[in-house]
Amino acid sequence: MTLSSVDAVRLVAGREVRTRFASKAFKISSSVMVAAIVGFVIVAKLISGSDGDGDSKIGFAPSAAPLSAAFGSVAAAVGEEVTTSEVDPATGEQRVRDGDLDAYVSGDPAGFQVVVKEDLPDDLRTAFTVLARQAALDDQIARAGADPAAVNAAVAAATFAVRTLDPPRDHEGPRILLGFIVGILVYMAILLYGSMVAQGVVEEKANRIVELLLTTIRPVQLMIGKVLGIGAVGLTQMVATVGVGVLAGFAVDAYTFPSSIATGTAAWTVVWFLLGYLMYALVFASLGALVSRQEDVGGATAPAITLVALPYLAGVFILPSDPGNGLVALMSLIPFFTPMLMPMRVAFDAVPVWQVALSLTLTVATIGALAWFAGRVYRNAVLRTGAKVKLRAALRAR
Amino acid sequence: MALEIDRVSKRYGDVVALRDMTFDVRPGELFGFVGSNGAGKTTAMRVVLGVLEADAGEVRWDGRPLTLATRRQIGYMPEERGLYPRMKVRDQLVYLARLHGVSKADATASANRWLDRLGVAERRDDEVQKLSLGNQQRVQLAASLVHDPRILVLDEPFSGLDPIAIDVMSQVMREKAADGIPVMFSSHQLDLVERLCDRVGIVRSGQMVVVGTVDELRATGPRRLFVEAPQAPPGWADRLPGVRVVSHSNGSTALELDDGADDQAVLRAALATGPVRGFGDRRPSLTELFRDVVSAT
Repeated sequence: MTLSSVDAVRLVAGREVRTRFASKAFKISSSVMVAAIVGFVIVAKLISGSDGDGDSKIGFAPSAAPLSAAFGSVAAAVGEEVTTSEVDPATGEQRVRDGDLDAYVSGDPAGFQVVVKEDLPDDLRTAFTVLARQAALDDQIARAGADPAAVNAAVAAATFAVRTLDPPRDHEGPRILLGFIVGILVYMAILLYGSMVAQGVVEEKANRIVELLLTTIRPVQLMIGKVLGIGAVGLTQMVATVGVGVLAGFAVDAYTFPSSIATGTAAWTVVWFLLGYLMYALVFASLGALVSRQEDVGGATAPAITLVALPYLAGVFILPSDPGNGLVALMSLIPFFTPMLMPMRVAFDAVPVWQVALSLTLTVATIGALAWFAGRVYRNAVLRTGAKVKLRAALRAR
Repeated sequence: MALEIDRVSKRYGDVVALRDMTFDVRPGELFGFVGSNGAGKTTAMRVVLGVLEADAGEVRWDGRPLTLATRRQIGYMPEERGLYPRMKVRDQLVYLARLHGVSKADATASANRWLDRLGVAERRDDEVQKLSLGNQQRVQLAASLVHDPRILVLDEPFSGLDPIAIDVMSQVMREKAADGIPVMFSSHQLDLVERLCDRVGIVRSGQMVVVGTVDELRATGPRRLFVEAPQAPPGWADRLPGVRVVSHSNGSTALELDDGADDQAVLRAALATGPVRGFGDRRPSLTELFRDVVSAT
C-alpha cells in the first residue's frame, strides 16, 4: 500500500490522457486543426503560385522563330522566366485565347507582332520592347559596317554595382503567412488546453470526487498530474498539427523560401506552446479551483484569457507591417506574453539570440513561481464548495 | 487497532464546528455516529480523513497519529457523493483503488468482486452517469471498499438506498466489522443504527454528549415506565411527585420518573382509575434517547 509522489502524479496524468484521447472533443479539435493547417498551406501555395513566378509560355510562328533564342536571353536579363516554343500559325491565336499560351509571336524578325488574350504583362512588355530595339539596333550596326555580335558582347559585359541603403527582408510574404499560422496555433492551443485544465478542476469540485481523491493523494499531486496529463494530450496534438503542416509544405512544394525557416519556426512553436501551456495551465488550475460550478468557469478565468489574447492581438496587428517593432519586442520578453509573441517574432523576422535566451529563462522561472502560487491557491480553495473563493483568501489561508 | 479521536476542535470564523470532540472506534466494532444536522458529524469525519485540518486535537490509529499513508487504508464514503460521471464504472473503481496504492491486477480483481457482490456487475462498462441513483450509490460503496480498507468511515451510507440495498449495505458493514476493522458511520435512520451498532455516539453542537451501547444509554436517563390502564383519563398522573408524562394515548401512558420517585405510587394511582392491564419498565428506542439527549440543555 505504498504510493510515491511520482506514482500519484503518473496515475492522475494517466487518467487524464486516457479520458481525453478517447473524448469526442479531442478527435474533433485534432481533425479541425490538422485540416486547417493543411488548408492554410495549400492556400498559401496557391497565392504565391499565382504571383506570376511560374514560367510564361510564349509561342513563336515559324516565321518569327529566329527571335525565340534572343527573346529567351532578353527575358532572363529582365528577370522573367519564359518557355518558348514554335507553334503552328493556324492554331497560335486560338491557343492564346484558350489560355494555353501567354503570348503568340508572328510576323518576321524585322517586324513582329505579339498576340495576347487581354493585356501584355509589364515584364513581358519590357522584354519584347528590348527585343524590338535590339533587332533595330542590330540592323543599324550591320548597316554601319560593324559586327552586331561583337557590339552585343561588349554591351552585355557592361555592368554596374548596386549599394542598398535599406535592404528588404528575405522572403517577406511567406514569413508573414508563417507568422500568422504560428500565432493563431499557439494562441488557440494555450486557450483550449488551459480552459480544459480549469474545467477539469471544476468538474472534480462540482462532482465532489475531489474529496475522495484528496484522501489518497496531496492536492498538489492532483493538480500537477492534471496539468501534465492534459499537457501531454495538447503536446501530442500540437506536434501532430505542426508536423502535418511542415510535411504538407514539402508535399505541395510550398517552400519558395528555405525550408529551414519553416522547420525552425515549427520547432519553436512546439517549445513555446509547451512553456506557455505550463505557465497558463497553472494559472487556469488555480482560478478554476476558486469556483464550484461549470457555469462560473468563464468568469473566473476571464483575466487569464485576456492575458493570452492581448499579446496575440498585438502580434497579429503590429508585426506584419513592422516586424522589428520595439514595443512588441519588449512585450515579448514579459513572461506572460512571451509564448504567444516569441514564435510569431521568430517567424516574421530573426530574433536576437540574447532575447530568446532571456525570454526562455524568464518563462521557466515564472513557471516555477507559478507552481508554488497555484499549488497554494489550489490546496486552499479546492475543497471549499459553494460561493466563489476570493483569490486573496485562498492565498492567505493555510 | 482502534481509531481514536482525541479532543479535536475546529472553528469556521466564529462558528464552532467541533469542540474537544473525543471518542474511539474499536476494532471489530460498528460505531453509529448520530446527531442533528449541523451537529458536526461530517466535519469530524472529514478531519479523520485529513481533508480538513483540525485547529487542535489529534486522530490516532493504533496509537499513532494518522498520516497520508495510513489514511490511504481508510474506506471513505463522503456525505456528498462523488464520482466521475463520464468515466466507466469499473475503470473508476480501478483508478480509485490504485490511488490507494493497490496494484493494477489486484485493483481490477477487487473491482470485479465488489461489483458482483453489490449487484452492479453487468453495468461495469457503462458510464456512471447512465446508472440509476441507487446503482450509483452501490458504486460509491464499492469505491469505499475496493482497496480492502483497514478502517471504514461512512457518512450517511444509507441515504438514498432502497430496502434491498440497505440490507446489502448492512451485511457488508457487519462483515467488515467481523473482520476486525473499526467501522464508523453516521445516519439519521436511528432504528437502523439501533439494530446495527455495537456502540453509538450522540453529538450536539460539535461535542460528543454520550457514547456507549444502546443499553448503556438507556441506563443513563431517568427511569421509564409504561402503564396500560384503559379507563385512565388524560392527566391522571400529572400530580404525582417526581413523575413526568411523556405520552398518553388510548389508555397507554409513557412516564419518566425522577430519582427517588415511587413507582408503587404510580401503580396505585393507575389502579384508582380502573383496571390496569400492563405495568412495567419501558425500553426507550434510540430515537427517544436521542431526543432526550439533544433537547437537554
